[in-house]
Amino acid sequence: MATVSVCQYHRGGFSFENCKRNALLEADINKLGFSSPAARKTGTTICGVVYKDGVVLGADTRATEGMVVADKNCSKIHYISPNVYCCGAGTAADTEMTTQIISSNLELHSLSTGRLPRVATANRMLKQMLFRYQGYIGAALVLGGVDSTGPQLYSIYPHGSTDKLPYVTMGSGSLAAMAVFEDRYRPNMEEEEAKRLVRDAIAAGIFNDLGSGSNIDLCVITKGKVDYLRPHDVANKKGVREDKINGRPETGNYRYKHGTTGVLTKAVTPLNLEVVEESVQTMDTS
Amino acid sequence: MSEELFPEPEWLSEEVKTGTTIIAVTFDGGVVLGSDSRVSAGESVVNRVMNKLSPLHDKIYCALSGSAADAQTIAEMVNYQLDVHSIEVEADPLVCSAATLVKNISYKYKEELSAHLIVAGWDKKKGGQVYATLSGLLTRQPFAIGGSGSFYINGFVDAEFRKNMTKRECQEFVVNALTLAMGRDGSSGGVAYVVTIDKDGAEEKCILGNELPKFFDE
Repeated sequence: MATVSVCQYHRGGFSFENCKRNALLEADINKLGFSSPAARKTGTTICGVVYKDGVVLGADTRATEGMVVADKNCSKIHYISPNVYCCGAGTAADTEMTTQIISSNLELHSLSTGRLPRVATANRMLKQMLFRYQGYIGAALVLGGVDSTGPQLYSIYPHGSTDKLPYVTMGSGSLAAMAVFEDRYRPNMEEEEAKRLVRDAIAAGIFNDLGSGSNIDLCVITKGKVDYLRPHDVANKKGVREDKINGRPETGNYRYKHGTTGVLTKAVTPLNLEVVEESVQTMDTS
Repeated sequence: MSEELFPEPEWLSEEVKTGTTIIAVTFDGGVVLGSDSRVSAGESVVNRVMNKLSPLHDKIYCALSGSAADAQTIAEMVNYQLDVHSIEVEADPLVCSAATLVKNISYKYKEELSAHLIVAGWDKKKGGQVYATLSGLLTRQPFAIGGSGSFYINGFVDAEFRKNMTKRECQEFVVNALTLAMGRDGSSGGVAYVVTIDKDGAEEKCILGNELPKFFDE
């Protein structure tokens, strides 16, 4: 008996089969007057700075879906290897998956070489992958870490170009953050000063850019140590609502006292029900 | 409230371009390459200190212009291929070989790529050479200019270039050309990088904005 269909081998990497389906759906939906859901973007402020002993990476924590905040506290600083971390701006799914793929490949590479991975290796892997996809993967990254050659910081753009610099910013709030850096950056800063500088740069992005908001996450990487400070600074605390009538703060309490509504009449009708049949079915939950 | 209250930042969709001025000139005994340092994405400058003179080998450099991703990738690929080639022939590669490798990539992918590289260097056989590889052609020239800023200095370089300049004169010529272009082209600016290659090796220099020569500026 011949098979009706042939099983297709799943080749590694991304599958673009759904793009055709999406294009057809898009055309139909627009005819009915609706709009298709937008990909969740991280409309972000991320930045990094090289200081005396290492690098400090910073990010805000707002993820937006069009004009609505989809996640008030998302984590934008991704793990690549014990000594290398990466902040991501652009399409949330793209940054998440890209950093996970490279992190996994880098771990295999590090086991093969027997050494701690280098930041330049992660940079090469990321830029070669992004170039291969010609900018269709919307991931703009700030990659930082410390290896045997010292602390390094790279910015990586969606089309695959990279820049190695002492301070970088990315995301919709990058211009606000860069303004802070250009004013106050000095080479060979101390750790506290560098953390303060990054915190202020992200805060500039949070308060002056609509796509960035909520808290500030920091990641301080030095030789042999990583401080993942999440959150480092809760810049936007949610307020507590006050209920003036009762005198003490009550948030969203819609309980009314007994007697608020007057009872006019009361009628009680007992229903006599008898059990006719009883059966028990046990579920195997092992 | 309009939909445009939070428009997607342009640089996310704009490709990062090196909107540049690059120049390479031969002198008696070698070549001098020069470039500006501005990288733009849309209207925003994303890197104001990028060195666009990329080493392909010890005495062969290339100058990048056009799309930053395309240019960086071509330069890195040719760097790798030249390393392998020089090990195979057990000698320093010829500038012509480097230029041919760049030309092969630029020609084969000419529809997909938008980058222009000028290859220049020194080798034992022919001394200092400059090759232009625009759109996949390969041509040897006494000097070559490229990038968006080059349009403003075509007249200047045609008038001022002389054959068999000394090293000093050539460096001055390159710095003057870069300064004039950076002064008039919005997509070029920052600092000037100058690389001088002769039989003794390559010497890199960075000239800050306030050290550039001053021209008519009112």
